[in-house]
Amino acid sequence: MNGRRLAGLITKETLQIFRDPSALGIAFILPLFLLLLFGFGVSLNAEHVPIGVVADHPNPTTDPLVAALRHSRYFEVRPLAGLGPARDLLSRREIDAILWLRNDFARQTLTEAPATIGLIVNGTDANTARLVQGYVLQAWMIWLAQQNQAAARPLGLSVALQFRIWFNPALRSQDYLVPGLIAIIMTLIGALLTALVVAREWERGTMEALMAAPVTMAEILAGKLLPYFVLGMGGMALSVALAVFVFAVPLHGSVLILALASALFMLVALGMGLLISSLARIQFVAGQIAIVVTFLPAFILSGFVFDIRSMPAPVQMITRILPARYFVSILQSVFLAGDVWSVILPDMAVLAVMATFFLGVTLARSRKRLD
Amino acid sequence: MAEPVGADALVFAGVSKVFGAGRARITALDDLSLAIKAGRVTGLLGPDGAGKTTMIRLAAGLLRADRGRVHVLGQNITKTARAVQQRIGYMPQRFGLYEDLTVQENLDLYARLQGLARAGRLARYAELLKLTALGPFRARPAGKLSGGMKQKLGLACALLRIPEFLLLDEPTVGVDPISRRELWHIIAALRAEGVSVLVSTAYLDEAERCDDVVLLDRGRALAQADPAAMESALQGRCFRVTHPTTPRRALQQTLLAQLPVLEARLDATSVHVLLAPDTTPPDITGAAWQGVAARFADVFVDRLHARRPAHARAEATAPATPRESEVVLEVRGLNRFFGDFHAVRDIEFTVKRGEVFGLLGANGAGKTTTFRMLCGLLPASSGSLLVAGQNLLKAPAEARRQIGYVAQKFSLYGTLSVAQNLAFFAAAYGLRGERRGRRLAWAEEEFELGPFQAMNAGDLPLGYKQRLALACALLHEPPILFLDEPTSGVDPLTRSEFWQRINHYAAAGTTVLVTTHFMDEAEYCDHLLLMSLGAALAAGTPAEIRAAAASAENPDPSMEDAFIALIAAHEQTIRRAA
Repeated sequence: MNGRRLAGLITKETLQIFRDPSALGIAFILPLFLLLLFGFGVSLNAEHVPIGVVADHPNPTTDPLVAALRHSRYFEVRPLAGLGPARDLLSRREIDAILWLRNDFARQTLTEAPATIGLIVNGTDANTARLVQGYVLQAWMIWLAQQNQAAARPLGLSVALQFRIWFNPALRSQDYLVPGLIAIIMTLIGALLTALVVAREWERGTMEALMAAPVTMAEILAGKLLPYFVLGMGGMALSVALAVFVFAVPLHGSVLILALASALFMLVALGMGLLISSLARIQFVAGQIAIVVTFLPAFILSGFVFDIRSMPAPVQMITRILPARYFVSILQSVFLAGDVWSVILPDMAVLAVMATFFLGVTLARSRKRLD
Repeated sequence: MAEPVGADALVFAGVSKVFGAGRARITALDDLSLAIKAGRVTGLLGPDGAGKTTMIRLAAGLLRADRGRVHVLGQNITKTARAVQQRIGYMPQRFGLYEDLTVQENLDLYARLQGLARAGRLARYAELLKLTALGPFRARPAGKLSGGMKQKLGLACALLRIPEFLLLDEPTVGVDPISRRELWHIIAALRAEGVSVLVSTAYLDEAERCDDVVLLDRGRALAQADPAAMESALQGRCFRVTHPTTPRRALQQTLLAQLPVLEARLDATSVHVLLAPDTTPPDITGAAWQGVAARFADVFVDRLHARRPAHARAEATAPATPRESEVVLEVRGLNRFFGDFHAVRDIEFTVKRGEVFGLLGANGAGKTTTFRMLCGLLPASSGSLLVAGQNLLKAPAEARRQIGYVAQKFSLYGTLSVAQNLAFFAAAYGLRGERRGRRLAWAEEEFELGPFQAMNAGDLPLGYKQRLALACALLHEPPILFLDEPTSGVDPLTRSEFWQRINHYAAAGTTVLVTTHFMDEAEYCDHLLLMSLGAALAAGTPAEIRAAAASAENPDPSMEDAFIALIAAHEQTIRRAA
């Protein structure tokens, strides 16, 4: 590695990054756009879910339960006259769930027999359905507790359940979406942008001139790696700053660990980008490959939006070879739980192996020749 | 087998190089053995696809030979590529410049890659900027330089560390004639300093500037010799033919129909003829034959002719039908801006029916932009243009049927077969029933496409791609034909055949508009417009343009001389105005 030649290549790359609006766009505008979209636009919380309440016999026993639902910010309660009209509304998606209090509800609560309430949930959107189920259960628990207190006697349920939500007590979906986004953004800069700029050199014939110069392939690769590493870390810093200061995502772990893990993942992404560019010498093809092989899997299969544990077993196996999966796991731990070494260390080890693999294969594959 | 010797800059010993596999397999170099002497300027000539670029890339260590050995400056390139690359300079076809970096930044990059120390760099920059006259443009992005300036910057980047051996791959293609001459001055200066130069070129006249010429065809060396010696070998076979009454173009057709005539080219005022060996001039009443010295183009035709199957010659046509004086194309005050870039400035011309009208100029002169506006593919910023009485941009599809258009690089569907391409264009132009069958049969016969019907257009040799593109454009029998750079990259034999066809159609009443950067093709046009940097330099018949440039020192200038004189005069007026 010759310092003068490397300096020349890095200067060139840096100048190009600053003169080419598309590079800066991918590095800074796209992250901003994604963060705003996921931070403000997409919310996986169920709020103001329209729920129909059918009380066959409204009476003092059922009223507190309906009131508990009504006061919850999760529900928009619509009292309905009977199960028939409620069903119609559910099938028209005007309401997402029906709470059915039968006419013998009040009587049952006063006997030894377990009191039953009916909950019918529209399962089309499984995520919302599960949330509704949980929220109704919560309201039900609260009502039970109140009934116990009022009657000063055990009522059906003898064990009081206590709910405590860890790591994301406010249940804000931003808090886990935004850290995950950092992995997506770094995949874009490391893999997509790098694959594109190398393919561009092939297209414009500048790669041919570089290869005819007395440089080594390692220098050419390092000349790409270093500037985009810095750019990627810049994108990461921007995302972290936005996450913490704009979206108020808590950062429980240490910044140092975050930076270290990001650096490792950046090397993996760059390795993938350079490997793709050694296969595809046309920007269009390189872009397609990078999106299909790196960006989409990182988006869908990394556990950033969709929980890996709820995926079918074969898909879960596939996620194991995705670098983004390990980085998302680190990010979510560092942001929401803190420096959980039992999670972070194995994940970082996997990333280190992957970085070595991709960069090693790229270096071995790249020859300073056109054929 | 030739062993590397100190006096040879480059030695190829039994070198073969094959690209692709299966049906797409192309043998670029076929058991090639040759030696290029050190300290000389060697020209590499040959038709498109002859293997010129492959040979230069092998010498630069960018490709590895399948068989054989390549020695550069006495070193085996496969074993010591980087050591050799420190001693050579290489300029690829597209100059290898970073378009968004400035002239100075490009120089800085390549200086560092060559490992030049900062102290030595500044002195070398000064020398190179003086040599290339790029001094005033140091802060300009390379992408905003003219073609000639890019070429000189590319050369400067290859010369930062004075190389022992300089490899130039078609450095002059599409570059204006002044820049071409300047490049050859630079090459001569380098030779004087002891640099060996290998330069490939598509311009046959440039061969005469070399000490040695290698003629390459289909991956084999046909000949290697001093160009003057090659030319003098044709002594007695070249003639300047004139006829008192027959126009030059009709005379050319008559001559080509004669058996011993291998080639008949239009010259400034006569027809230049090359006869087959051991033949005598055919007897044509009234024609005056005057023996002249051979040019390198004659050598090229002579050597390559034997290797080609004889093409059915376009039959000698009857003397051109009297030209109708109807104006089919009229352009007034045409301007086009791209942002603040003035691509076409106040262009005006008219074209009459049955004329061949040429737009001449280097890359970036505004020829293609003018063309696209004429065809209705691009709106004009200002000015009026009427094609067959209509503005094609606003005209209905009916009016567009009046024109046939062959775009640069021939817009064919590369993955469709020849027959499928023809069928598609027939459908696109709405040909049906009997007429469709008749036109498809005509295309197959006229362009000799029969044997290629099942081949994919993308796999055709360039000359046949050109024929297919022309066939597709002519299927619907348009009265006006637009051809954008139809001869770019096509070898001289194919070019000459192409022009015969074009003249044939013109004689039959088709109006032809054509752009080209080959100055010698100007002679094939009835009227010309010379363009430079978007502006018209001159308009008129070839003879008028040449006459306008005649001076005391050069009473009989070639079209290239005329073009250079006109550019010089034009630049002076601009400077005076500024």
